[in-house]
Amino acid sequence: MAVSAVQIRRSLPGLAVAALVAAFVVCSVGAVLWFAGGGGMPKPSDWAALRFTVMQAALSALFSVGLAIPTARALARRRFPFRGALITLLGAPFILPVIVAVLGLLAVFGRNGVLSDVLALFGLPPLSIYGLHGVLLAHVFFNLPLATRIILQGWQSIPGEQFRLAASLGMGPAQVLRFLEWPMLRAMAPGAFLAVFGLCLSSFAVVLMLGGGPKATTLELAIYQAFRFEFDLGRAATLAAIQAALVGSVVWIGLRLSTQQDLGGGLDRVVRRSDVSTWGLRIQDGAVLVLVSGFLLVPLAVIVTKGLAGLPQVPVSVWQAFQVSVLVTLSSTALGITMALTIAGACVRFRWAEVLGMMGIAASPLVLGTGLFLMINPWISPSSLTFAVTALVNAVMILPFALRIIAPALRGIESDYGRLADSLGLTGWARLRYLILPRARRAIGFAAGLSAAMAMGDLGVVALFADPTQATLPLEMYRLMGAYRMEAAFGAALILLSASLTLFWIFDQGGRGNVDA
Amino acid sequence: MLTLENAQVQQDGFQLSADFSVPEGARVAVIGPSGAGKSTLLDAIAGFQPLARGKVILAEQDVTDVPPGKRPVSILFQDNNLFPHLTAAQNVGLGLRPDLRLDAQQKDQVQQALARVGLRGMEARKPGKLSGGQQSRVALARVLVQDRPLVLLDEPFAALGPALKVEMLDLVSDLLEGSGATLLLVTHDPQDARRIARQTILVTDGRAQGPVPTQALFDNPPEALRAYLGTPRP
Repeated sequence: MAVSAVQIRRSLPGLAVAALVAAFVVCSVGAVLWFAGGGGMPKPSDWAALRFTVMQAALSALFSVGLAIPTARALARRRFPFRGALITLLGAPFILPVIVAVLGLLAVFGRNGVLSDVLALFGLPPLSIYGLHGVLLAHVFFNLPLATRIILQGWQSIPGEQFRLAASLGMGPAQVLRFLEWPMLRAMAPGAFLAVFGLCLSSFAVVLMLGGGPKATTLELAIYQAFRFEFDLGRAATLAAIQAALVGSVVWIGLRLSTQQDLGGGLDRVVRRSDVSTWGLRIQDGAVLVLVSGFLLVPLAVIVTKGLAGLPQVPVSVWQAFQVSVLVTLSSTALGITMALTIAGACVRFRWAEVLGMMGIAASPLVLGTGLFLMINPWISPSSLTFAVTALVNAVMILPFALRIIAPALRGIESDYGRLADSLGLTGWARLRYLILPRARRAIGFAAGLSAAMAMGDLGVVALFADPTQATLPLEMYRLMGAYRMEAAFGAALILLSASLTLFWIFDQGGRGNVDA
Repeated sequence: MLTLENAQVQQDGFQLSADFSVPEGARVAVIGPSGAGKSTLLDAIAGFQPLARGKVILAEQDVTDVPPGKRPVSILFQDNNLFPHLTAAQNVGLGLRPDLRLDAQQKDQVQQALARVGLRGMEARKPGKLSGGQQSRVALARVLVQDRPLVLLDEPFAALGPALKVEMLDLVSDLLEGSGATLLLVTHDPQDARRIARQTILVTDGRAQGPVPTQALFDNPPEALRAYLGTPRP
């Protein structure tokens, strides 16, 4: 249908916001590139950081997807108690603060962790989690669930009739794998690999805590170090330019391959299959599921128990940081969701607006932060704007996720009720109040919950800008860990974890209110 | 009342042309094979489908470039005629003011319209708590309060059973009796046309022909209509 003047007018605010977001990203990256001209050519250590960044991301993606395949297969073909709960748990890493998870992993796999204690009983030396393998462990912890969800979706996209047909033809598990599952995996696995690869390229908090040193430094970490410790803005800019080129090109490839990921649900269907009821396969699937759930759950359980014990040790600075974090998070969420809603409104007619809004994902938070720092620095002291900058960058970073959730919802509303609303002359505020907000409520609530949890747990730009008197909760927790005040750090981790989950829960429930659809 | 002047719609290789007038107060059925462009015709009149050429004239005004909500038209679609998250009274009230800021008299009007379609006391119910027939009645109550001179019905009762559909058509007839509005009713059932419309517009082969008397049309159908109805050649 031709685009009418009314539709263009209605899309204008969304297009303007999308253009603003794009301009913000382009200006930040532009400032970095311009300044990098004064930073000179990359040094050997910069190339080493680039190599390590790509290598750890590739290995993380390989292990995550490799483990996700048996996990997804077990979930797809088994019916058992708590299956729904386990699938819900697979969505949890999205709302889990990175720094909390890393502390949990340290408590299990670290030098003084549970596993080292067990090894000591047998007279074996303790584990060390620092370095490449620690980074990989944490990345798999975060991305195995994501990869599993993507691949599980692939499994469930195979029609049940095909499995029944295979059974009637007398195919065993090996033939089913060859004729049904392998073609699906060939279609889904590259998308899952790329998604994890992309996320790990700009991973910062994990590498900050578990990596470091010349052998395990990513670009993102090197930017931070050039900033904080060497005060070498030129070098930071050079690194940021490399990082922007790297992430940008991967996102570009990713958009071209674009596997549609569903962050919602709908993964609860089990196909009854007769070819997999042998005991061998049952034990195999059971073992995979027990190991994976243990890997995901034990670190969290340790956080909760040690956190409860550590709560009394928590200094008052943690509570101050908590207040700051809640304020910054609510600002980011309000800003991010408002932008997402406005842009999504324009996306109904102009799909490319979504791409503009997603540009934040192409530049890593530290690149955006660096750019902003360079732009602000000549005028005012950047640390006086720490929290405003953090809220702004977080809003831009959560925008892609929020858009992915809200834009399809608005498209559905327009295609179902757009004509009715048009025929009644429902425009502007009335359309928003009586059509869009009530019907998109669920999507908005979920997107806001996800955004709030991500912003609450974020340790990125704030580490770049904050002076020692300023802190968000994740940064304060990181400082406690750095000062070896572990009890207090565990207490802070429990507070942070509870805050993230609570924020997610409040927004998500808010969206589930009484709607008769 | 309604005039399409050399109107032409073009859409992805599909084309529909219309050049006819409908007198005030007429009740006209729109019939034709599926995919012939019945709904497109209504969309063009209601303003959802921009014209490639020609004019739409309603009540002596050229409305070709007027957006749907501003045309003197009320329309009911095949489905999604009510907002499921709003009550029956709110759904009807939107016909009076899209921002739902109703004064006492307008609230009264909503009440009366719902009573008129037989839904007294159901003002606070949401569509999910109403039967299919009752939902159609709410939509008709909204058409009633809108009080526009042209009413377009795009098979809104197609999902109802035969008896219920007849009931709704009689209700439409009854409501129009009071308002004197002009009616265009899309249908694929000749019985509907005979029941409610004295005239019929036949849409075939990308062309909407001017209204002709329903009785005569079905008694002596042209070739295209005969193929659609499946009646043998005379």
